[in-house]
Amino acid sequence: MRRAELGAVTVVLGSGLGLAFLAVLGPLAGLLALLSVVLLGAVAAWFVRRRFRAWRYHERHEDLVVARGVMVRRLSVVPYGRMQFVEVTAGPVERMFALSTVKLHTAAAASDARIPGLEQAEAARLRDRLAELGESMAAGM
Amino acid sequence: MTQGTPDGAPAAEGEPPDGGWQRLHPLTPLARVGRLAPALVFLLLVSTVHSKVENQTAETDYLVVITLGSALYGYVHWMVTRWRLEAGTLRIETGLIRKDSRRLPLGRIQAVDIVRPLLARLLGVSELRVRLAGSGSTDGRLAYLTATQAAELRLHLLAGRHQLDTPEAVGSSLPMAAVTLGRLLSSVLLSLVSIVLVGTVAVLATLDQFEPRTAKAVAGFLAVYLISFAGVVWRRLSGHYGFVAVEGPEGVRISRGLLQTISETVPYGRIQAVRQVQPLLWRPFGWCRLEVDVAGATARNQRGEGTSVVRKALLPVGSVSDARLLLGRLLGAPDPPRTGPPRRARLKAPLSFHFLSAGHDHRHAMCVTGRINRTTTWVQLDKTQSVRRVQGPLQRPLGLATVHVDVAGRRTRAEFRDRTVEEADRLVAELTAGSRSARRRRYAEVGNRSGKCSMERMPPV
Repeated sequence: MRRAELGAVTVVLGSGLGLAFLAVLGPLAGLLALLSVVLLGAVAAWFVRRRFRAWRYHERHEDLVVARGVMVRRLSVVPYGRMQFVEVTAGPVERMFALSTVKLHTAAAASDARIPGLEQAEAARLRDRLAELGESMAAGM
Repeated sequence: MTQGTPDGAPAAEGEPPDGGWQRLHPLTPLARVGRLAPALVFLLLVSTVHSKVENQTAETDYLVVITLGSALYGYVHWMVTRWRLEAGTLRIETGLIRKDSRRLPLGRIQAVDIVRPLLARLLGVSELRVRLAGSGSTDGRLAYLTATQAAELRLHLLAGRHQLDTPEAVGSSLPMAAVTLGRLLSSVLLSLVSIVLVGTVAVLATLDQFEPRTAKAVAGFLAVYLISFAGVVWRRLSGHYGFVAVEGPEGVRISRGLLQTISETVPYGRIQAVRQVQPLLWRPFGWCRLEVDVAGATARNQRGEGTSVVRKALLPVGSVSDARLLLGRLLGAPDPPRTGPPRRARLKAPLSFHFLSAGHDHRHAMCVTGRINRTTTWVQLDKTQSVRRVQGPLQRPLGLATVHVDVAGRRTRAEFRDRTVEEADRLVAELTAGSRSARRRRYAEVGNRSGKCSMERMPPV
């Protein structure tokens, strides 16, 4: 999702800048500007790709494990019974690609269990499953 | 005046017969308007000074209007507020235009605090605040009752909470800690704020001898900060004056205050974390401070995520042995054995490495952090909200990672800082399993004790 977003931004920025330089300074400057933007876009895409790959989750028997991050690696274990509510959001760009973000809220602000870029069907499934598990765990305790 | 939540209520006997609606104390409007007095005096001063400069006459008409208006509001509020004890419920009704009727089930009452601002003390009245389980704010407020009424009603409500027949049983309690004036004074003087304050004033006084003009300019510039610092120092002194903590069946009861006295309760079941802080300057005297984080305590807006958690001083200053005693009562278990991080962690945390250590057993996790303020945190594993492992860019080359045990609140947690990666992975597994079994044990205990306590069945905190 982020990759697509980034690609679009690179194309728009690159062509815009290129055209502007083409008009003002002649073809060589325009080409250079275009190249540098493409290069920057590629570097950014590489970072995003790493970040994207590092993001993973695992539904265990009694808790959800979410790991993310490349520079700062984080791993959160959230017991289903501690979940207060599940939130599913989809921003405009996410909606373009039929994706959603699932977020778990607990009483602790630091519990960081956010899973972005899920396909909508998977997000709905996860939401229902988490809600159900949360309820049964909380009641079972 | 808090217009937003019209929550006052009428006054009455400790055990009124059913159907008997009670009113608040007749002096209530006076005490309420009195709370505006400092603001009014300030306005008066400002407008006097201002209009003296302008045209030699002070315009104070609008102050009279404000005073009369609030007095009228207070009177109407008093007229329409009433309360009574029904079967197992405290009912408070208030509001002229927007009616507000609350029922506070006695079984769910978490704590009852008595607050007496200065004016209320002069008038001999008290405010009663009732907190329910599972909510983040003050749910019921009876301002004002007579002092004896408030005390009686408090015992009555607490007795209902614990399903005891005799209110006296709730009243009995053991003293745990007290702070003498001398120690409080010296501890406040040895805090950073006072040292900065005294130091700045001393420097300014010296400067005044040589360069009066510069000194005045600097003083004018710093005045706001100095005043606010002085305010902090004063608040610490007056807030913790005459601090006494006693052990009650429902929690630790604290009474404190110089001008405004407060009697509050820290319920055992709501304690998320206990913190012992030993600032650098206190360490030579062997003093420390104990703080607890209590879930959903006093009225506080719930901002952002996380349940509202309030930090309370359990012991503003005390010797380490006093603290030991209190901790033993609160945690009910000896400290788990602690271990330090590996030597190479010194590269990442050169200062705090000295004290860094952490440990856990099947009930608690505890950790020591900080260099200047040595801070020891205890977290009960059955309150764990999540377990996290975080590895920053500096830790990765060193093969270190930090494990957090989060409990309810914004920044409340125990940190196993800078452990080796293998140990961190093991800790995550152990702490997750430990929290799970601690939770199970707790719910099993509660289930055996009574199926009636609705508070314990609330899952979140």
